[in-house]
Amino acid sequence: MTAPAMEAGVPHAGGAVSQSWWSRVWQNHAPGYLFLIPWLVGFLGLTIGPIITSFYLSFTDFDLLTAPEWVGASNYIRMFTADPKFIASMQVTLTFVLFSVPLKLAFALGVALLLNRGMRGLPLYRALFYLPSLLGASVAIAILWRQLFAGDGLVNDFLSVFGIQGPSWISNPRYSLWTLIILSIWQFGSPMIIFLAGLRQIPQDMYEAASLDGASRWRQFWKITLPLLTPVVFFNAIIQTIEAFKSFTPAFIISAGTGNPINSTLFYTLYLYQEAFGFFRMGYASALAWFLLLLVACFTAFSFLTSKYWVHYDD
Amino acid sequence: MTVTAPAPRLTVVTEATPAKLMRKRVLSVLAHVALIGASILMLYPLLWMLSASFRPENEIFGGTLIPSVWSLDSYFRGWDGLRVSFGTFFWNSLVISVTSVVGNLIACSMAAFAFARLRFKGRNFWFALMLMTLMLPGQVTLIPQYVLFRELGWIDTILPLVVPKFLAVDAFFVFLMVQFFRGIPRELDEAAMMDGCSAWRIYWKIMLPLSMPVLATAAIFTFIWTWDDFFAPLIYLNEMKQYTVMLGLRTFTDSTGESDFGGLFAMSVLSLVPIFLFFLFFQRLLIEGIATTGMKR
Repeated sequence: MTAPAMEAGVPHAGGAVSQSWWSRVWQNHAPGYLFLIPWLVGFLGLTIGPIITSFYLSFTDFDLLTAPEWVGASNYIRMFTADPKFIASMQVTLTFVLFSVPLKLAFALGVALLLNRGMRGLPLYRALFYLPSLLGASVAIAILWRQLFAGDGLVNDFLSVFGIQGPSWISNPRYSLWTLIILSIWQFGSPMIIFLAGLRQIPQDMYEAASLDGASRWRQFWKITLPLLTPVVFFNAIIQTIEAFKSFTPAFIISAGTGNPINSTLFYTLYLYQEAFGFFRMGYASALAWFLLLLVACFTAFSFLTSKYWVHYDD
Repeated sequence: MTVTAPAPRLTVVTEATPAKLMRKRVLSVLAHVALIGASILMLYPLLWMLSASFRPENEIFGGTLIPSVWSLDSYFRGWDGLRVSFGTFFWNSLVISVTSVVGNLIACSMAAFAFARLRFKGRNFWFALMLMTLMLPGQVTLIPQYVLFRELGWIDTILPLVVPKFLAVDAFFVFLMVQFFRGIPRELDEAAMMDGCSAWRIYWKIMLPLSMPVLATAAIFTFIWTWDDFFAPLIYLNEMKQYTVMLGLRTFTDSTGESDFGGLFAMSVLSLVPIFLFFLFFQRLLIEGIATTGMKR
């Protein structure tokens, strides 16, 4: 047996002269594909196959029990012309993304800057601020949140100390989405850790040179820290935005799966879930899923295209 | 003359230092106050829930943060609060999470080894496709996957939750491991290859033993994310006997509604315990994992 085709500069001639073309091909490529089999099966069967299938299903009426029936583009037409719940869910999701992501990143960056000043006890603070991020996706936290912002919840107990009579935040359509935005901001720990790692990459002598030239801390932040940190900001923004688009569990738990009051917490994913597994409109739900894919893809492409105008890469 | 010259310079320095030091110290104290305040504000709800779960039923709301009487009643009530005991839910969650860890470690590391170290036709093509799936919203594959698993008769079994892990569907971990494998010196496997080691032996005897940090990170995050997962169990598990802890909690909120908060809080606290233990014991690994790879949670 000759050695397998490893990624190395060593020519695998060895005893190959006497070997047939086939056994050479086999030895060169087989180990790679053998190792790749599980991933390939999953990729073809559980990713690419389903993506294509759901594209097809989005042009059909399909209730799981009878065969899909081709209806052309009518699912997509219905989305934009005859479905107020779709419009509502878009509004809710975009509002959520637009407010939760920037605020979360601002908190993450603010605390990271504070911690990065050589604070004593940094590991402890970092761990404490990270804990909510780690626990936050759990159903238990959503349950806690529902209690916090209930009419007789902890937040109103706190406000009553100042003589303020708070509303029932969860069941008031004006505030219910904001309780979820706050829940998202509460989990600023993991982008904060990424910011901290990024801040550590900035060479200290740049600050020393700047302060010798008399630049204030404020100016140093805008002229050194922020520009050098833009790749990290960019990265965090993309990851957090995609996560925000996909958010499901908190809205589901807080509204008991309804998206109420008055669709104010009807996240896009929640609406998709209702259509697919509440009403078994699998065709329509596939159209919703494909629109989400398009939305995320457009957002990502747009971010990468515009990134060259504001993200600084030093090479 | 030459002796006195340095003296004024010294006094200038000593004059400026106390004021500057003072300012620095005040700023640092202020920063600590702000950070401590923020941590208390952030962690207070968690502490409150923990404390509420130990209070007697009539003191769950109101009452002080340190319970006047410590009571485990809520835990006993919650444990058997549903038709099926929470013990079953915890067991199911544990089985699903541990199986997922095993699946992810095997399948993702195999794919990563192929991408990072083996040479074969089409490697770059497949790798590019794998990277593209990193950003894919799961909703797009959801419905066809559901139809497929339903055809296979896998509804109400753990198979739809764990089989995908054995097929390396979590591209993120493949990517994570590829990055790590690339950092392992090539000389090691080149030498082994010259000695006639098979690819399998190199993977098993050289790469995996050298990759313990990344394998541990992947294992911990797989466990936590699977433990926390709500969506997949919600769709695939309808039979209460098959429920995970997260589904159990959700059913608890629906069925007992506003009545048994003590039991609900107690079970919520219990559901967070495994994650919290990981946090306590593997904090460094978790934080380094996030810092170096930019994980979302």
